[in-house]
Formats: sequence, structure tokens, C-alpha cells
Amino acid sequence: MSEIVPPEVRPKPAVPAKPSHVAPPSSAPFVPSPQGTGGEGQGSGRGSALLGYIGIDTIIEQMRKKTMKAGFDFNIMVVGQSGLGKSTLVNTLFKSQVSRRSTSWSRDEKIPKTVEIKSVSHVIEEGGVKMKLTVVDTPGFGDQINNDNCWEPISKHINEQYEKFLKEEVNIARKKRIPDTRVHCCLYFISPTGHSLRQLDIEFMKHLSRVVNIIPVIAKSDTLTPEEKTEFKQRVRKELEVCGIECYPQKEFDEDMEDKSDNDKIRETMPFAVVGSDKEYQVNGKRVLGRKTAWGVVEVENPNHCEFSLLRDFMIRSHLQDLKEVTHNIHYETYRAKRLNDNGGLHPISSSGHDTQESNL
Amino acid sequence: MLEPLEERLDQPLPAEDQDKEYVGFATLPNQVHRKSVKKGFDFTLMVAGESGLGKSTLVNSLFLTDLYKDRKLLNAEERITQTVEITKHTVDIEEKGVKLKLTIVDTPGFGDAVNNTECWKSVADYIDQQFEQYFRDESGLNRKNIQDNRVHCCLYFISPFGHGLRPLDVEFMKALHEKVNIVPVLAKADTLTPLEVKKKKIKIREEIEQYGIKIYQFPDCDSDEDEEFKQQDQELKDSIPFAVIGSNTVVEAKGKRVRGRLYPWGIVEVENPAHCDFVKLRNMLVRTHMQDLKDVTRETHYENYRAHCIQSMTRMVVKERNRN
Repeated sequence: MSEIVPPEVRPKPAVPAKPSHVAPPSSAPFVPSPQGTGGEGQGSGRGSALLGYIGIDTIIEQMRKKTMKAGFDFNIMVVGQSGLGKSTLVNTLFKSQVSRRSTSWSRDEKIPKTVEIKSVSHVIEEGGVKMKLTVVDTPGFGDQINNDNCWEPISKHINEQYEKFLKEEVNIARKKRIPDTRVHCCLYFISPTGHSLRQLDIEFMKHLSRVVNIIPVIAKSDTLTPEEKTEFKQRVRKELEVCGIECYPQKEFDEDMEDKSDNDKIRETMPFAVVGSDKEYQVNGKRVLGRKTAWGVVEVENPNHCEFSLLRDFMIRSHLQDLKEVTHNIHYETYRAKRLNDNGGLHPISSSGHDTQESNL
Repeated sequence: MLEPLEERLDQPLPAEDQDKEYVGFATLPNQVHRKSVKKGFDFTLMVAGESGLGKSTLVNSLFLTDLYKDRKLLNAEERITQTVEITKHTVDIEEKGVKLKLTIVDTPGFGDAVNNTECWKSVADYIDQQFEQYFRDESGLNRKNIQDNRVHCCLYFISPFGHGLRPLDVEFMKALHEKVNIVPVLAKADTLTPLEVKKKKIKIREEIEQYGIKIYQFPDCDSDEDEEFKQQDQELKDSIPFAVIGSNTVVEAKGKRVRGRLYPWGIVEVENPAHCDFVKLRNMLVRTHMQDLKDVTRETHYENYRAHCIQSMTRMVVKERNRN
């Protein structure tokens, strides 16, 4: 298949329009000159005077209505050795059975020889907002004797989603809303050894931190005492820094001072030490999600016991949209730029497979 | 073994536990819009129509600005040699923390010559150029700061002095209805009595349908909207073309200061819904349909242009190949 590079064809301009005059845009918010006497015509503040209020702030309401009707997509990938509580955590995060828990490998089920990619989608609704949540599981990761390159199927899956999106974007007849299967967030589960990161952890994050947003979590952290937790976290952060691995939220994408200070606070507490559970117990007359042991009940949502609430608030209540945007504006654009450079240009393909058009993708 | 999770659902939860049911992604719309508010919005409005129909005055009234302060009005002789120009004025407006970058595209000289054949061509070319620029930017390598200059809405001013649409009106709208959202406006409506306004509107609507002109269609209401909203929506649809009056001056009427026009026989108030459709137009343009106008431009007009562009590009490539 020969490569086609579309020639630099410019649609011929007809009668050139006279050069447009652009009045210098005012740098400060424009306050319209008052008509007659008094201060009518002021655009900001005085909403009471009918003269003074245009109604631009309602555009937010208009946008909100539209986006709520359309619904949201969110794709989360969980990576970690089996038995680290990945499925339980996802179920706890979204308060529904979105991830099928495999209790243990039964005798008949073999541990997969290579890392598999399993995607499950659910539509969950809350407060009138519909979200299509897709959980991508990676059974088999890190479970072999020889785990060389076990991140490759994962990396391949992530790039395949970018490729799918790119193909849709380049299409002639584009859909109004391109279905978004790109992985927005990858939760990486660190085993709570208390010592340091394992070689596999570092290799995985090195290879994938520039391709997808990675949020590392310390799994099953109820095996660590508070002091051990703090030490372990410090060591992990230091190791990540030494290896040059940037997890989400990446420092380089902080947009302004407000973002930076918010994100710095988060970065100080990462990786989050979490505990997941879908069982409830009575503690002090209240029902809580937790794990009951002979020496007490570990409460999942108690910030003194573990950082599950922090993770949930961070991921869902404040940075959900940001995760999607970083994926779209940065990771996806990086992929796209690489593709454009490699192929010397993308040739748009028609969905009808017209025989005069060839694709060089 | 019954999962304890399912047991929970049978009993009603006490209030404090209800918060535990809450995952929290209902805040997603707020997260989305926080970013947009920080960035600010933009909107490009084109006004087209013969000179003297009150276009500039209406724009000033709509956005409470004075964009045309230093305008020099040409006399008839000076205007003979003028061709249709395209001028752009940009203004930043801020209200309650929301920033809007408003661009007004004007078309001075339209319809003013003796021979007005194809005077809409430069307008159509301008719109296409904005599409082309966006298409290039979108297909380029660095897409971080794409400037969106596409025209989101075109207010077309129909003269109140004729009997409905004139041939120029029809030709203009037909040339542009597939490139931009056209909202027809009946200008200087204070020269007409209410009955005349009503009759003209009916006539114009009939002619629009008769000539197959596709003006901007308001999206239909959802079935779950309340009755009041549906009624307002229907009223809006029945008011096309909007009969408007604009004013740059404030007059005193019934003890209040209002934007209006002072005549010996009375005062016309711009913002009085009984006097004209200005309020309806402004609400539609700014408060209810601004986002939809942008969406239709993006999803329909721009996509049509893009598909057309790609197809013609491919045809040229094939021709080149066949020649070699």
C-alpha cells in the first residue's frame, strides 16, 4: 500500500476580502461607558438594574445542562499483583459492584500466562449525572516467575485506545461525540512490604508514567502501623523522584498558583495508603465499612485509619475532570504528534471505504 | 452467602448514613465548568444587512457597549466606490466572574451599491476562511492554543419598509444558510404598528419556507421540562423574525430611566416586551441559546465544511496520481 501524503493544496481564495480591522481588544474587563448621567450600563455587579445586566453568566448553566444530558465517560485501569485488593477497592470507590472479584485462582483456572486485559463497563447515576464507568483489569500482572516486559500488553492496550480515538477524529464523517475509551487513570497497587518499591513497580511506572496518568496506592495498608506508613511513603516518594517518575498530578501541568498549592498538598500525601472493604460493621452505634479483626475494626472511611477517603475525594470529587483533561490534552496529543511525525501526515479516511481513497494509517 | 452490601438496601438509611451512599461524581459538572470559567468563553456574532437598518445600535444595546464610538458615516458619494468590507470588533465583557470575549463581525457596504450582484460573496468567503483556519489548526501538530474565530451566529436585518423579503434578502440567506446559523431580525420595528408587525412576520415566515431557507432552528424541549419553559420555548419559535428596536440613549419614562427612543407621540422602550422583541432576542442569544449556537456551528456547519474540504482534497490527490 503506497503512502499518500496529501499535497499542500489550498482552496483558491476568491475575491480577497479587504484586510479586517481589529480594534485592539481591551486588556481589562470592559466596563461600558455610562449613558447619560449616573452609572447605568455597568456590566458587572449591579444585577438589579435591568439596564445593567446582560446575562452572560448564564452560559455556565447552558453548558451544564448540555453536558448533563450527554453524560460522562470515565475509564480507570487497575494494575497490581493478584490478591492486593484491586477489585474490592474499585467497588468501594464507586459503591457498587462494578468489578468482579476473583476470590482466588481455583484449581481449574490457570494463572494466565500473559497479562490479560479485561474491561467491564457500567452506567452509574448520581444526582442526575450519568457516568459510564469502565474498569480495566489486568489479571496476571506480576504473577509469573519471569515478569519481564509484563507491562507491554498494558502499554499496547493504552496506545490502542489512543489510536481508536485518533482514527475517529480523522474520519470524514465524525461522530458528534467520539466514544472515549482512553484510559483516564491508572491505579497502581504497591505491595505493603514496608521496605521500598520493587523492581517491577519501578519498571512499570517508568514505562507508563508518560503515557497515562498513574496514581500509586499502597494496598492493604492495614498491615502497616502509622509510623511504618509514614516511613514507607517517604521512601517511595524518594525512589520515584530519583528514578524521574512523575505520577499524577504532574508538577509540569499545574496551571496556576491555586492549582499548584492544591496539588502540592496532594503530592505530599501520595501514595495513598488504602484499605478496601464491602462489608459493614457496627462501630459506636454507627454502621461503617470495614474489616473486622480480633483486635478491632479497621474503618475504611475513617481518615485516622487509612487514606481511602482522601483518595476518593481526590480522584472523584475534585480531580475527575482534570484526569480526563490531562489525558486528552497531553497524553493523547503526545501520541498524536508522534503519529503525525512518524507517518509524514495523516490521510483522512472515509467511513464508506470509497475506493478512490486509501489510508496510510 | 448474602453479600452484606445487598442487605443494606432493604432498610431505609438514617440521614447521616445517606452521605455514605454518596460517591461524589455528581460534582463532575462543576469540575468541568470550573475550568471553562477560568478560561473564559468566546462568541462571534455577525451582523448583516443594508446600511441604516440599526445594526450597530442594536449591537450596542444588546451588549451594553459602545463599539462604534468613532465611526464615520460615509455619504452617498463616498459610498459609490466602496465594496463590501468585513470588519471585526472585539470586546471583553465580564459579569459575575464570567468572562466573555465577544467578537462582532460587521459587513459595511452590503446591499448599498446600485448593482448588488454577489455582494454576499465576501461574507461567504470570510466565513469559509475562518473554517479553513480552524481546520488547519485542528489538523496541525500543536493544538494547545487554537483560536476559534468561526462565526457562531449571523443576525440578518430585514428592512421593515418592504413587503416581506426582498430578492437580496433571499439570495443572501440562501448563500449562507449552510455555513452559519442565520437568525432573521425585523429591523426598526418602531415604524410598524403591532398589527403590521404580526402580518409581516407571518409573511416573512411563509417566504422563508417557500424559498427553502434554513434559518437557525431552536432545539426542541425535552419532554421532562416544565410547562412554563415549554410555553416560553414555543413563544420564541413563534416570534421569528424578531422585531427589534435598538437605542444608544437613555430616556425618562414613567419616572424610570430606560433605553429608548423619544418621539413626540410617545416613548418607545427597548426593553419593554410589549413594544418589541428585543428582550426575547437578547435572552435567546445570550441567556438560553448561546451554547447551542456554538454547538450547531461546531457540529453541523463546520463538519460540513470539513467533509467537503477533505473530499475535494482527496479528489485532487487522486487526479495527481492518475496523471503520473
